[in-house]
Amino acid sequence: MLRIDRAAYDAILAHARRDHPDEACGVVAGPAGSDRPERVIEMLNAARSPTFYEFDSMEQLRVWREMDDRDEEPVVIYHSHTATEAYPSRTDINLAQEPGAHYVLVSTREPDTAEFRSYRIVDGAVTEEPVEVVDQAPAAE
Amino acid sequence: MAIEVRIPTILRQYTDGAKAVEGSGSTLAELISDLETRHPGLKDRLVEGDALRRFVNVYLNDEDVRFLGGLQTTVDDGDAVTVLPAVAGG
Repeated sequence: MLRIDRAAYDAILAHARRDHPDEACGVVAGPAGSDRPERVIEMLNAARSPTFYEFDSMEQLRVWREMDDRDEEPVVIYHSHTATEAYPSRTDINLAQEPGAHYVLVSTREPDTAEFRSYRIVDGAVTEEPVEVVDQAPAAE
Repeated sequence: MAIEVRIPTILRQYTDGAKAVEGSGSTLAELISDLETRHPGLKDRLVEGDALRRFVNVYLNDEDVRFLGGLQTTVDDGDAVTVLPAVAGG
C-alpha cells in the first residue's frame, strides 16, 4: 500500500495538469527505509513528449546526490499519462529499474477527474496497490 | 589509489550488495572490464555491443559520460564513477 499525505498527492496532480499535454514526471523522496513519501521533487521531462518521459540525466544526478546527503531515497517515482489510463504502459514496465519504489501513474485524460494509482514494478511484473491519502503528515518518530 | 564506482540498488546483486566497488583502467571501457573480473554479470548490464546501454546513466565525477567520450572516456585514479538507472517510460 502507498500512504501519501494530501499535500504531496495534490502537488503531483497539479504538476501533471500543468504539463499537460506533455507527460510530467518526478519523485517523492523520503527517509531511507521509512516508506514515507515526504518531499515532492518535480523533474524535467527531457523528452518533452505526450507519450514518453525521461529524467534529464544531469538533474537526476543532482537530485539523487541530494537524497543521498539527506539519507533519503526515491520512495515514489511518478509520471502522467495524458491520453490513456493511469496504468503502466509496456514501455513503463520494460524500463522500470527501481524495484523498491512505488510507481505512481496519474492520468490527465479527463479534465475534471483525478486518476491516481500506484504500482510495484519488479522484473517485468506489475502489481497494483491501494493508495491511502492521509490528511496530515504522519507524526514524527 | 583506485577509481570508486557507485552501484545502484538494482545492480548490487552483482556486487554482493556493496554500494560502491573499486576498479582500475585508463578508460571507462577498461574500468568496466576490470570490474567484470570480480563482479561477473555487471558489464552486460552497462554495455551493449560497443556502447553504453541506452537507459543506464554513467557519470564521471560530475559529468554524464555521454557528454564526454562514452566508453572511451579517460579515467584516472581518484576519479569517482556513479551509475544510475535512467528513469524513463511511456
